[in-house]
Amino acid sequence: MADARLEAIARECRVQIIRMLTHAGSGHPGGSLSVIDLLVALYFGRLRHDPKRPDWPERDRVVLSKGHAVPALYTVMAEAGYFPVEELITLRKLGSPLQGHPDRTALPGIEAATGSLGQGLSISLGLALGLRMRRSPARVYCILGDGEIQEGQVWEAAMAAPKLGLPGHGLDNLSVILDYNRIQLDGFVAKILDLEPVLAKWQAFGWTVLEIDGHDFDQVQKALDQAEATTGPVIVVAHTVKGKGVSFMENDPEWHGKAPKPAEAIRALRDILGVPEAAWSDHLARHPAQRAIVDELAALDKQ
Amino acid sequence: MPAKASRAAFGEALLELGATDDRIVTVDADLSKSTMTAAFARTYPDRAFNLGIAESNMLGIGAGLALTGKIPFVCSFACFVVGRFETIRISVAYTNANVKIVGTHAGIAIGEDGYSQMGLEDIACIRALPNVPVIQPADELETRQAVAWAVEHQGPVYLRLTRQSLEPVCPPGYRFRLGRWLVLRPGTDVTLIGTGGTVFNCLEAATRLAADGVSAEVVDAACIKPLDEELLLASAGKTGHVVTAEDHSIAGGLGGAVAEALAEALPTPMRRLGVQGFGESGDAKGLYAKHGLDPAGIAGGVRKLLGR
Ligand SMILES: Cc1ncc(C[n+]2csc(CCOP(=O)(O)OP(=O)(O)O)c2C)c(N)n1
Ligand SMILES: [Mg+2]
Repeated sequence: MADARLEAIARECRVQIIRMLTHAGSGHPGGSLSVIDLLVALYFGRLRHDPKRPDWPERDRVVLSKGHAVPALYTVMAEAGYFPVEELITLRKLGSPLQGHPDRTALPGIEAATGSLGQGLSISLGLALGLRMRRSPARVYCILGDGEIQEGQVWEAAMAAPKLGLPGHGLDNLSVILDYNRIQLDGFVAKILDLEPVLAKWQAFGWTVLEIDGHDFDQVQKALDQAEATTGPVIVVAHTVKGKGVSFMENDPEWHGKAPKPAEAIRALRDILGVPEAAWSDHLARHPAQRAIVDELAALDKQ
Repeated sequence: MPAKASRAAFGEALLELGATDDRIVTVDADLSKSTMTAAFARTYPDRAFNLGIAESNMLGIGAGLALTGKIPFVCSFACFVVGRFETIRISVAYTNANVKIVGTHAGIAIGEDGYSQMGLEDIACIRALPNVPVIQPADELETRQAVAWAVEHQGPVYLRLTRQSLEPVCPPGYRFRLGRWLVLRPGTDVTLIGTGGTVFNCLEAATRLAADGVSAEVVDAACIKPLDEELLLASAGKTGHVVTAEDHSIAGGLGGAVAEALAEALPTPMRRLGVQGFGESGDAKGLYAKHGLDPAGIAGGVRKLLGR
């Protein structure tokens, strides 16, 4: 089922992801576009947080373990009010708090430094444990990449999670989401180091496993509800499309780690907004904010 | 020769050497497009193993392969492969396995990706291991030489390579030898030692300094371990001043190694140029300027030491 509000926010975030990556001239569009719906669902549908008080001790925590997708995280944070949307285009520039990978010390609201894959689940376990020990109501959400879970440390954490927590209660304040887009850096996951049967693996380690379409807000919310009602650690395996929303990026490993050129970015925006080429100039005439972004990108081309 | 990234020169050299030496194998962790072993993998698919994003396992498998007589090149970004230091320490170094560890994307020169992808402590870590030479070539020719040398050398090796293009600095006919440095420009006032991506900037700095009447002897230290103590002491003895420049943490790298050697054998006024604090995102040029590793910064460091 469609959630018009979340869909609109996600569309705006996709526009900003393309915009900021094009300005930066480098970065990771594929994994940002596959994870953005999950982040929108969290930041605009679930999180107990206060963008004006990022250090509020009882806030829910989001650990984006696949840190290279941080442009997606920056866009939801900006849309939620952590910092002005206009700062997004400082991504990866010298002196910007918007580092190429998440830097907890540079930007309030980032919970952990990630970017070296495989470390986020362990940190999330520690966060969940510490919050549980002081009986905080806060939850921890951890987002993993599918290639990322080839890292051994992920499975050390996976093995530990069901054993942690108060006696008899388990760790019931942690929800993990796997962004299962089936592509990593060098190519398709199934070709490089297949994860299958991935559900059975997590189950064997003692986890409750849910399986959803990671681009369907209704399914995401239901799964996260169910995770919250479950005792012990839960992983939501979210089937996603790498590059989702931009036709020429979808399912193409080439778009893992390169920024679009300005002309490509403008094509991408048209895809995201779902406007046919013939209707594009009319559309822009009616949407001055989008027109401004397109003009700005076109100007980059001339530089 | 045009400028070329040492990772690209490495990929080409490996491809060529692989044609005649079938002991050579590559072991990767989902970065073969970036470490430039992808061409080797396409040409010799039976001798290339991409183990997914799992660097510890990659190192261990490399060590096992080496113990059966293969010559594995185990490759990732310097930060990720050396990040698995304890595996290197035991499975490779202590085992004395004939593994060639290749760390690409050295230093802040990678720019925009930021600190988490920058190899900045790798020299310090590997240098602490007793039996692993640390080698960082400065251009294409030196990279080809170092790769060929690594194949012949019995025992573990650490090769530190750059993402960015490097201008040629070594003369034609140059031969890499373990523990041997190369004087690229003779001088009398200061010994200016670079390694990898900073060597060319040291030469540029020397040109600037010459315009002010300062004569810098520029040295390419491709071999960070073992050092060329003979050349170091002879040059430092002559100039009386030593400056090191490296795209690595200021702690524990080339500068640290040179300081250790001089402190014991020939205490000499010296200045270390390197990366202070964590690296960060930015354009490589801006980062080099900020950390004083561009020609102006290196020349400035020399002037400070000389007091002019
Ligand atoms: C420890 C580590 N090894 C290698 C890398 C380089 N790297 C960055 S992204 C990536 C692929 C990630 O694939 P996946 O987890 O599937 O992410 P997504 O498809 O969501 O982009 C790799 C290998 C890294 N960041 N960290
Ligand atoms: Mg993936």
